[in-house]
Amino acid sequence: MTGRKDVVIVGELSDGNLAPTTTELLGIGRKLADELGQELSTLFVGSGIGEAVSEAIFFGADKVYVIDKPLFKDYLTDSYVGAFEKFVKQIEPELLLFGHTSLGRDLAPRLAFRLGTGLTQDCVELAIAPETKLLQKTKPIYGGNALAIYVCEEGRPQMATIRAKVMQPSTEDTSRKGEVIPFDPGLDEAAIIGKVIGKTKEEIIGIKLEEANVIVCGGRGLSRPEPFRQLEELARMLNGAVGATRPPCDAKWCPAHYQVGLTGKLVSPSLYIGIGLSGASQHQAGMSGSKTIVAINKDPEANIFGIAHYGVVGEYEKVLPAFMEKCKELLSKT
Amino acid sequence: MNMIVCVKEILDPEIPAKSFKIDPEAKRAIKPQDVQLVISDYDESAVEAALKIKDSLESKITVMSLGNESARNVIWRCIAMGADEGVLLSDPLFNDSDSFATAFVLAEAIKKLGDFDLILCGRQEGDWDAGQVGSGIAELLGIPSVTMVGNIEAKDGRVVVERVISDGRETVEVPLPALVTVSSEVGEPRYPSFRRVREASKKEIPTWNAQDITPAKPRNKMLSLFVPPRELKCEFITGEIPEEAGINLALKLREVKAI
Repeated sequence: MTGRKDVVIVGELSDGNLAPTTTELLGIGRKLADELGQELSTLFVGSGIGEAVSEAIFFGADKVYVIDKPLFKDYLTDSYVGAFEKFVKQIEPELLLFGHTSLGRDLAPRLAFRLGTGLTQDCVELAIAPETKLLQKTKPIYGGNALAIYVCEEGRPQMATIRAKVMQPSTEDTSRKGEVIPFDPGLDEAAIIGKVIGKTKEEIIGIKLEEANVIVCGGRGLSRPEPFRQLEELARMLNGAVGATRPPCDAKWCPAHYQVGLTGKLVSPSLYIGIGLSGASQHQAGMSGSKTIVAINKDPEANIFGIAHYGVVGEYEKVLPAFMEKCKELLSKT
Repeated sequence: MNMIVCVKEILDPEIPAKSFKIDPEAKRAIKPQDVQLVISDYDESAVEAALKIKDSLESKITVMSLGNESARNVIWRCIAMGADEGVLLSDPLFNDSDSFATAFVLAEAIKKLGDFDLILCGRQEGDWDAGQVGSGIAELLGIPSVTMVGNIEAKDGRVVVERVISDGRETVEVPLPALVTVSSEVGEPRYPSFRRVREASKKEIPTWNAQDITPAKPRNKMLSLFVPPRELKCEFITGEIPEEAGINLALKLREVKAI
């Protein structure tokens, strides 16, 4: 093995707290670090980061590195890749893991090329090979029709981005001890040539798709915007969120941020209900990890029935109201 | 604007799951006989994004594809959509490459082509979904990259682009030359007329091989490729009338404690 040490996961905050993907990364990161007999570190980059980062220690980190400068207020490929490059060259981690988030998807590929190492994105499983001690990275390909396992034999660190909600998050232990270490990448700010000139945050009413335990999804079969009101009512009843496949989003029957799939959100709720959608591989790749999958579609040949646990073949206009009425009645009994 | 769009010819990811077969030895998907290869759909969005710029600004679009001889069809299709030139990068030595080796060949080909203002790629391939080639080309060429772009505005030596991020949109400005990876939010790709398709197929497409471009060594190695077992069988919930099936579905979900 090389003289490299440590497993480093890249932490992210959501509204000032550890993002759910970060506790999941800490879960898998701790397991891999223990198998390699190494330490687990977390790196946070941002501006005015605050205290929450030290909680990563309670969730399994031995060290928490923090790069906190006004320059990193907004994510910009240039500045972030530059900072990560300096960090990796100094700390020399063996493994570097990201969430498959907006940040990870942009940063990890460019960084991997700068470092001349191999990255695998959107992994659903990570393991250490017993003999070679290499990181085996499993990722879905062909829209989830197949799985491929990759290793990176030469470049270092070995890099991966991890799909949300597939790894077991670590549990909090407030008695764990660790160190918070500020890191100064010493970047030349004049060399940063891009800039973020605006941001629009989508209005999310209710529960975020990625964090919802129940997701009700609508597809092309709904054929107009109005049925989405029904789906929203069902989602409210089940304490969940509404999603959609690509056609309703493109046709503007529902907001674009409803989209579940390779384009859009990758979700794995405990209950997924797909209504009037065929189950294109694009969409399946974003939801096939759901625990219980339910489909309502009038076409018995729809691909969605191939991955559904429970299905109803029928017109949603008739099935759905009766289903909702019964759900309401059943839910009032608890 | 001088633009280069990188496109890939792939096995249609929307073929029914039961027609999808792999060759575990070769670690490749097997193309069913009756299925046509298609342009990767995000790459088609990248072509559309380039054409939108060309609609309002005098431009030249060169389409580049790394693949087999048949990838020429995909280049011709892009020309029928409105692109101007094409280059095919094809050599047995270019096969079995990972994202690193692919981006390397494309970056070398772009250098060989010479001048450009903007390079456009799809945000990820529709088959291997690696999502690295665009950023990789930009890094190898030392130019700025912006990924997951839904809208592009080019003006005065720079581009202002809208990125699609998890909680909304972000507007980023970078100077040219630059590279963007395009997402489907850019809008429905235009459909070429039959006449244009026929005319495009007369266009000469030069092929560059490993004598023109020396390939690089891949970084990742695929250990195995497999189709996960699907023992799952859907339990169909029925009823005399659709409404009854709906009620029975609710009862079933309560029984298995899903609601």
